[in-house]
Formats: sequence, structure tokens, C-alpha cells
Amino acid sequence: MSVAVANAGRTDAEARDLFCFVLRLGDLSLVLGQRLGEWVGHSPALEEDLGLANIALDMIGQARLLLSYAGEIEGRGRAEDDIAFLREHGEYLNPILVEMPNGDFGQTIVRQVLIDAFQLEMFERMAASADQRLAAIAAKSVKEVRYHLRYSSGWLLRLGDGTAESHARVQSALENLWSYTVELFAEDDLDKAMADRGVAPRLSEVQAAWSQRIGEILAEATLDRPKDRPHSWHGKRGQHSEHLGYILTEMQHLQRTYPGARW
Amino acid sequence: MSSSEDKRQWPLYEVFVRARGGLDHKHVGSLHAADARMAVDHARDLYTRRLEGISIWVVPSHQITASDPAESDSLFEPARDKIYRHPTFYEIPDEVKTL
Repeated sequence: MSVAVANAGRTDAEARDLFCFVLRLGDLSLVLGQRLGEWVGHSPALEEDLGLANIALDMIGQARLLLSYAGEIEGRGRAEDDIAFLREHGEYLNPILVEMPNGDFGQTIVRQVLIDAFQLEMFERMAASADQRLAAIAAKSVKEVRYHLRYSSGWLLRLGDGTAESHARVQSALENLWSYTVELFAEDDLDKAMADRGVAPRLSEVQAAWSQRIGEILAEATLDRPKDRPHSWHGKRGQHSEHLGYILTEMQHLQRTYPGARW
Repeated sequence: MSSSEDKRQWPLYEVFVRARGGLDHKHVGSLHAADARMAVDHARDLYTRRLEGISIWVVPSHQITASDPAESDSLFEPARDKIYRHPTFYEIPDEVKTL
């Protein structure tokens, strides 16, 4: 396949931008899906085991669609599995928030609410993307994400407005994770180019909607909104926390040990 | 709820799922949940994973009043010899397809 055909009329620079942007979205879903999968067999209740596993599977499904598309844009014959399992640490472009440890159930729920609301605002707008393929993926995913947020915000409400113990735990998780939300909306050249081309929404617009939605959820859950603090550490540019290394070690173990393994 | 049940356990809910429009909600099982909203979420995750339904009802199990199995004889036996209650004595016209 020639590069020109694979790029569907894009210049090399445009293809490179789109490739990276799709990886940002796909890696977010992939890494969070892997993280949530760690709960299987360890949840507080059998019903939550299935609930979290369902969300994890939705995330992996989004990652498959996005990483397959990234492979096509790149035009070098890499399939979804090659991209998911055979890249190095610095090539992952997910925000750091999704690689943060599960912690207790409350911390997992706080992380989930913050990301679900982000994905919801992104996908709702991306359903009208100038990129037909991304528009279709967003339109499919937004239905899943609406349910994810219903699930996670329902739990945040119960825990935040629950006992003194549950309230203290989720408030503390919120304080710990809040600064990692900064990078979700920190527009860089790539985000700007995507918005200019109508591929993705303006992050400032996404942030305003996210902020309002999260504010309402936190108020209902009787949680204090943490203060915004500057944060200049960007997973979406390949700068990750130590946690991603452990995730990849486990996630990529099979492909690294038995290259090309299939079943 | 039986007195032997662990008080820290979430209450039990019975789940009813409607497979598609026009059909009744059918009992499909039960689950534990802290409240009704969580019960609907759990039912969605447990019982509609394979497109089994388009609508869910949940009812707290303790709200269901059941017949006593010890009374089965007096409740159900009397209907056994009343076969005339079955509409099997009618000739069904060939044109009727959906009975």
C-alpha cells in the first residue's frame, strides 16, 4: 500500500498529527481499560466486579477501533495489536491520570468520574468531526461513556454523601488526582491543529463543559472542589509516571514472551 | 429478609427484563444492591450483557409476597380436573396464524 493511498489525501505532516491525536484518544482508553481490568476478582461485590469489567471492556473496544485507525493512518502496516503491545513507554500518549493506581474503590471511582466526564464532552463534540472515521467512533462510544458516567457518578454520590469514612476517602482521592486533570485541557500545537482542521473540539470549550458538569457532581456528592494548581507533566507527549512501566510490563508480557502469539 | 442474613450485606432485588417491545417483563434472577438505582445498573451489567433486553424492572425482594408451598394442594390442585377451562375445544380457522 502506498503512503498516498493510506493517507487519503493528507500531507505527511497532517497524517503524522492525526496519527498522534488518535493515539492520545486510543491510549487513554487502552490504559484505563487495563487498569480497570485489575479489579476483576477483587471488587467489593460480585456485582461491581461485573460492572467494572463491563466498563473495562468498553474501553478496550474503543482502544481497538482507535488504534486500528491509527495504524491505517500511519500506513506502515501496523495492526491494532502491534500498536497496543509492541510500543515503548515514551510512545504511549495517554494522559497520566489514567495510569494512576486504582487505590481503594473510592479512588478508582474518582478517577473514573473525572475521565468519564472528559470522554463524554470530547465524544459528544467529536461525533461532528470533519474526520468521518473519528465521528463514527465517537458516536458509538458516546453511548457507552454516558453509562460509564452514570455508574461512576452514582458511586461518587454514595461515597461522598455516605459515611464520614467514605467521604474522607473520596475527598482525599480527589485532592490527589485533581492536578492530573490539568493536562487533559492543556492545549498544545497538536490539539490546536486538530481543532483548526475541525477534527476535534477546542479544548477550552471541552474544559468549560467538563468543569461545569464536574462541579455539579461534586456539589451533589458534598465534596469540595480542589484548588487548581499548575501541572506541566504531560503523558500525552509521552512523559509518563513510573506507573505506566508496570502496566506495560503486565499488559505486554505475553506478546514480549511469545512474539506473534495468537489464539 | 431472613434474620440470619448478614445485616452488612446489600438488600436483595428481583430483576425483570423485557426482551423486546410487546413482550412482558420476565423474571430473570436477583442481585444485591444498596439502592434501586444501583440495582438497575447492576441488572443492566448482569442481565443484559448479550442484548437480552430493552427495559428493566427491579423490585426489592422483601416486597414480594409469595404463595405458601405447603398450601399448594388447596391452591392449585382444584384446577387440575377442570380441563374445560382450556380453550382447546374451539376449531381454529386456517386464516388465524398467530394464536
